[in-house]
Amino acid sequence: MDQVNSTNGYKNVVSMRGIIKRFPGVLANDQVDFDLRQGEVHALLGENGAGKSTLMNVLAGLYRAEGGTTMVHGQVVNFGSPREAIEAGIGMVHQHFMLVPSQSVTENVLLGLDEPRFRMNLSRYNRKIEEIAQQYGLHVDPAARIWQLTVGEQQRVEILKMLYRGADVLIMDEPTAVLAPSEIEELFKTLRSMTVQGKSIVFISHKLHEVMDISDRVTVLQKGKVTSAGIETKDITRADLARLMVGRDVVFRVEKKAVDAGDVVLSVEDLKADNDKGLPALNGVSLEVRQGEIVGLAGVAGNGQSELAETLAGLRLALEGRITVNSQDATNKPVKLGIRQGISLIPADRTQVGTAPNLSVTDNVIMKNYDQEPIGQGWIVNSLEAIKYASELKEAYDIIVPNIDTSVRLLSGGNLQKVILAREISSEPRLMIAVQPTRGLDVGAIEGVQKLLLAQREAGAAILLISEELEELLSLSDRIYVIYEGEIMGEVVDGDIDKIGQMMTGTRLEQIEAQGVA
Amino acid sequence: MDLLIILASGVATGTVLLYATVGEAFAERSGIMNLGVEGMMLIGAMSAYKVTAATQNPWLGLLVAMFAAGAISQVHAFIAITLQADQVISGLALNFLATGISLVLGEGLTSLRDVVPQLPNFTVPVLSQIPILGKVFFDNHSIMVYIGFIFVPLAWYYINRTRPGMHLRAVGEYPAAADTLGIRVYVLRYYYVFVGGILAGLAGATISLSISPGWFGALTTAGQGWIAVGLVIFAQWDPFRAAFGAYTFGALRRLVLDIQGPSTLLGLANPFFYNPHYAFFLKMLPFAFTVVVLVIGSREANRKRIGTPAALGLPYIRGQRGL
Repeated sequence: MDQVNSTNGYKNVVSMRGIIKRFPGVLANDQVDFDLRQGEVHALLGENGAGKSTLMNVLAGLYRAEGGTTMVHGQVVNFGSPREAIEAGIGMVHQHFMLVPSQSVTENVLLGLDEPRFRMNLSRYNRKIEEIAQQYGLHVDPAARIWQLTVGEQQRVEILKMLYRGADVLIMDEPTAVLAPSEIEELFKTLRSMTVQGKSIVFISHKLHEVMDISDRVTVLQKGKVTSAGIETKDITRADLARLMVGRDVVFRVEKKAVDAGDVVLSVEDLKADNDKGLPALNGVSLEVRQGEIVGLAGVAGNGQSELAETLAGLRLALEGRITVNSQDATNKPVKLGIRQGISLIPADRTQVGTAPNLSVTDNVIMKNYDQEPIGQGWIVNSLEAIKYASELKEAYDIIVPNIDTSVRLLSGGNLQKVILAREISSEPRLMIAVQPTRGLDVGAIEGVQKLLLAQREAGAAILLISEELEELLSLSDRIYVIYEGEIMGEVVDGDIDKIGQMMTGTRLEQIEAQGVA
Repeated sequence: MDLLIILASGVATGTVLLYATVGEAFAERSGIMNLGVEGMMLIGAMSAYKVTAATQNPWLGLLVAMFAAGAISQVHAFIAITLQADQVISGLALNFLATGISLVLGEGLTSLRDVVPQLPNFTVPVLSQIPILGKVFFDNHSIMVYIGFIFVPLAWYYINRTRPGMHLRAVGEYPAAADTLGIRVYVLRYYYVFVGGILAGLAGATISLSISPGWFGALTTAGQGWIAVGLVIFAQWDPFRAAFGAYTFGALRRLVLDIQGPSTLLGLANPFFYNPHYAFFLKMLPFAFTVVVLVIGSREANRKRIGTPAALGLPYIRGQRGL
């Protein structure tokens, strides 16, 4: 029997009480209560590490709670595996899609089911899946292979997978993180059409505006505790939510001193390059970065940002075009030459590209100047000098680590980023390319990183900031370019969000302005 | 040198490679690389021969060979799947272990040459009358060759068009995804390593009971297990391509033998006949050929996005991020 809340007559499909979940050293969920009503979109809001995903992983059967009870449709459940959760009608769409790239949409949907028994009648199941897709407005070709699909389409496959299994509760873990604005709009439409048809949705996010947009109610988690349980979204403001989420008033602005932009440091003309699959990723990018300015590059993930950063740093072959740094040609030059010219890269992937995970802090910070005096002396690395250097950086950048011999893989994200920044900044770069420098960091660490970038700007470095966080771009950058499918759509100086948003979906600045006049 | 004889002989000797290759393809499709094929084949060849010698029933020998090799494959499965150790090292270790066991247990089998019955050869009526193809594929072959013809399309169908085949592919491509959907990753991997072992045993038995009957110690298989490991890549884990590769490789080996035989070659004095040590160069050619084909094959596969199962060689550890 479904549990009916006597005070307001709503039906709770899920109700979790006093959930406790520990990880080594962390209390991820501390006595968390959570209710989900039928037919609502319930946002679960919180910072990274607040325990949102953990709570939902408990509900979806991935984790077992150490305390508390979970009821689904009024029955106490204790799922031992995701499969049991799905059988009870609870499906989760993860941030990282759980799809087999070489298999078709239909195969992915049918994976793990008892039906069909042996022979796959794919054309029949293609039709069946097509029908469900139609019903909820999830447009995707059932015969297509996953690797051929866009990220938005892959997400639809994940949703289809759950719907096909008869899920009536759908948990979406940060579903918009990978989507373009237009795709987000379409996802929201789908979610609404599902609630109309009686499905209930948990929407995990840390983006306030989306929560305001889509949710009926919102529960806020902070450091594993509920700070607000199931408030009606219409009764609350964005500022309230921000306070509940962070636990203090949030300043959305950073202090930025006026710096006059100087000479052009980086000039890129008509740059073309391929991605790892050999497909064109940059289709003629031109841009300029001057001394003492932070230039933002906005765009949805996968539109050529990482390829641009790699090509600039000399890690990827430029097929056409010209890169000039400090009036010297830097096109397809060895990386080491770039380093000597003062090019510095803060890569998006901190653990694989930015650092060597198993090496010590010392080894990681001397990677750019191990062959320079005083650390490098001919064939020999002077380890005393290296240790001295690393200790100085540890102090200066406040890297929290027991000792500098510790492997960097044991460091937290924020400290790891400090190691990278310490190395890159101490090489006194004239051009700094920062890719997603604050991704996945907590608020304190983000502030630290942003301050360091601003200090570099004041010191006269030219900084190209590549980020998917619009707020960060807006608060740090002097100018913002927008990239879409490997082309620069235009440049914004006044931080006009509407224009940036349109350009991120492929409208050129000229077109926007033409429309504005007409 | 008769081309038809070379091709027919290629089909016969290639059949051994075919079973071993498809077996390894099954294991690797599930994500487990087993470098112990050579050793498992030796176990199969030895036990088939020994059981047949004792019971005079080659079919019983074949059956025991399959189970013996399947059983020893589980040593690798346990080390690679449960203990999550390096698959290359574990596979090599299995190879030494299995080779050692078969050499010890095979003691004295060589002298039994005339008292061990073989699996039957026969000519397929009607089909053998087809010009050229009939002579190559259906004339006086071992029954194991014909079973191979049926086995290849069945294996292909199983992998690509059935539910268990789909699960097999999923486990080798993205075990975490399969796991969240309730597919038992560990169980399936054990199972397909077993299947790989069974087929390697079958391949070994095919040698000792039929294609080149007898027990000659490690020379019985003479490195064919290693060829099979390479052929899997050439075949891009596809049974039909495996069959093509196996038969071609078999024919090349026969061609190399035929080149050494006559005293004159194309009207000239045959250097390989007069300088027998030159023959080592010839023997190398099929392997060089394999390398070339491998390179070409994998480029093509990259383009078409088929090919190496993404999780091949990686232990699956539940709950570990990024897998």
